[in-house]
Amino acid sequence: MMAHGSGGKKMHELIRNLFVKYFRNPFLESGGDAAVVPPEPGHIAFTTDSYVVDPLFFPGGDIGKLAVSGTINDLAVSGAAPRYISAGFIIEEGFPVKDLESVVRSMAGTAKQAGVQIVAGDTKVVNKGKCDRLFVNTSGVGIISEKHTHIATADHVKAGDQVIISGYVGDHGMAVLSQREGFPVKTGLKSDCTPLNDLIGKVLERFDHVHFMRDPTRGGVATALCELAEGRQFGVLIKEPAIPVREEVMGLSEMFGFDPLYVPCEGRVLIVADQSVSQGILHTLHGHPDGENAAVIGEITTGNWGKVVLETIAGGRRIIHMLTGEQLPRIC
Amino acid sequence: MMKYISEYRDRQVIDRLAGQIASFRDTKAVFMEVCGTHTMSIHRFDIPSLLPAGLRLLSGPGCPVCVTPVGYMDHAIALARQGKHIIATFGDLVRVPGSTSTLEKARAEGADVRTVYSITEALELARTHPGRKVIFLAIGFETTAPATAAGVLQAQKEQLRNFCILSAHKVMPPALEMLASEGVKIDGYLCPGHVSVITGEEIYRFIPRKYGVGCVIAGFEPADILLAILLLLKQVTDGKPRVENAYKRAVRKEGNPKAREMMESVFRPVDTEWRGLGMVKKSGLVLREEFASMDAAGQIRVMVEPPVEPQGCICGQILKGIAAPSDCPLFGKMCHPGNPVGACMVSSEGTCQNAFKFQSDG
Amino acid sequence: MCVSIPAKVIALHGDMAEVSVSGNTFRAGIQLLDDVREGDYVLLHAGFAIQKIDPGEAEETLKMFREMNQDGE
Repeated sequence: MMAHGSGGKKMHELIRNLFVKYFRNPFLESGGDAAVVPPEPGHIAFTTDSYVVDPLFFPGGDIGKLAVSGTINDLAVSGAAPRYISAGFIIEEGFPVKDLESVVRSMAGTAKQAGVQIVAGDTKVVNKGKCDRLFVNTSGVGIISEKHTHIATADHVKAGDQVIISGYVGDHGMAVLSQREGFPVKTGLKSDCTPLNDLIGKVLERFDHVHFMRDPTRGGVATALCELAEGRQFGVLIKEPAIPVREEVMGLSEMFGFDPLYVPCEGRVLIVADQSVSQGILHTLHGHPDGENAAVIGEITTGNWGKVVLETIAGGRRIIHMLTGEQLPRIC
Repeated sequence: MMKYISEYRDRQVIDRLAGQIASFRDTKAVFMEVCGTHTMSIHRFDIPSLLPAGLRLLSGPGCPVCVTPVGYMDHAIALARQGKHIIATFGDLVRVPGSTSTLEKARAEGADVRTVYSITEALELARTHPGRKVIFLAIGFETTAPATAAGVLQAQKEQLRNFCILSAHKVMPPALEMLASEGVKIDGYLCPGHVSVITGEEIYRFIPRKYGVGCVIAGFEPADILLAILLLLKQVTDGKPRVENAYKRAVRKEGNPKAREMMESVFRPVDTEWRGLGMVKKSGLVLREEFASMDAAGQIRVMVEPPVEPQGCICGQILKGIAAPSDCPLFGKMCHPGNPVGACMVSSEGTCQNAFKFQSDG
Repeated sequence: MCVSIPAKVIALHGDMAEVSVSGNTFRAGIQLLDDVREGDYVLLHAGFAIQKIDPGEAEETLKMFREMNQDGE
């Protein structure tokens, strides 16, 4: 059965039943216009993102898993413990309900895995051609304790801090690209998309002196680091040989002229931390399934204010810029 | 580890080569590369930072997109706008500015422009869309022309009546002759490794013989480029300019005769315009009479707007090595990868895009 | 355009070869070469194999690098 028109009673019933069936929690089931959740000590972290990934289903995930992971990760990298998520769907007329069900099921599974609840949802069906199959928006709320509020601001980042990436770079972007129609290469690549709140939670639990975190999504590691450095009184130096890149991603990048540093990751975190704790953090990451290939890739420098510099494999140094324009459109 | 790539990125090897080059610290020389992929590699690995101060590397007209005149893009865009055809193109051309538009803009306006990675995909489009003409934008030097030739021969074999090409293929030697005789004074040429895979060493012999300038055929990894520079330095100091091959794992002395034969059976050379160099004799490739039915230029009537070069753009001088990107008033200001004015900035192999993206840090 | 890259031939199907680059597979035309065999490494460009990589020459070059001194001759 297809979603059609502005939906009649039957359509809305169907969708509501899907949500209630899969998202299973007392907030949704109470059916009110707003989810009323209990207060907790600490600050509230709040984030939102919209997802237009093409194709909707790809190796390692789908738009649903991507959306829930993405929002959880935005909260987690700010130092927050994610708690509640809302999900908004804009559905093109004719979009198969069974595909919608797959997406919803996937979102429920990801949220459950992460210990987060999806407490509010909305759907709108639009005429054919007014949106490309399915767009998803997720907003999320989490709790940050006072001692972690500096993480999102990067105000404690200082020269000598180490830059760590939690695993292989570029898996998501390349996996999605490889599924595009007409892509001539067959690859076994899977998206890395996954919620990282457990991984990050363990790091924050065991170590103080984490000064900054970011998930390198749109624009990849390079863009995330450029955003960190911009306007600051420190620089970032990263070393090309230290950056973990999967063989297959390296091969595809060489073939098509991509730079893995700019390719989006959806299950990785960049951590900037004091030198004294960086090895400990690395050890913790290595001991977790989502941090197996973590590595120190660089450091914060006293010179080169506001800039990101890459030391190439040949030993030369060049400046890394923010990405201009889309290297890879509709990856997330 | 990527076989036949990673070994030539080995830091120890690079350090050794750089060390050998450093012993030529008192030699002043200007070397030119004439290959877009060399431009990219040199900038990406920041090779200049590994070289002594007296050595300068210049980029010449080695980027096939950059030397394509505005008129070709206008022609392609006009064909796209006719609405009924499928334009099959390499991704590089999609954002190259024509006089007033781009293929990308034409696509946004409804034209059917598709990115392909090979002429083989364009042939498949022709097979699966029998009611529409598929026009393949054939661009590239001797590295790519044989592939187009193979595609054209396949189309002929299958009698694919709806397949045609718009050729912008060029060959290097006449342009090299023009550079050597009229261009900036050069002490040595880094010759394009992949063009040489097809042509072999012979095409460069006239350069040392007639102009006394050495040529080394170079690969694209840091060790390959450094080795070629080292060999050129030795040629400069021993005063014996000649053609040497520093990319022997891929380039045979005789090149690839089968590929050349295929190319020559399908194409014939004509005088053609190179952006920045002007008219270069016998440097363009057009389809031979036998394949005229696949020549989009002859077969499809279309109005093409008169060509307009962008104001202030000095791509032409940059392509000849006379000016550097930083000399251009538009560089980094009005003209940057997010808003390219000239081809040198659009193309990933262009001198300007590389200079912008890969700024050396000391 | 695809930048040229060395790829290993893993299967042959008439005018096409299935080649592998770092675990990714791709189909390339081999009309421009004679006598391509499984296990050969070829240089790919724009969907075609344009030359076979000569393992002997590759090894010669690497040997030369290994024997090179850091400074001067």
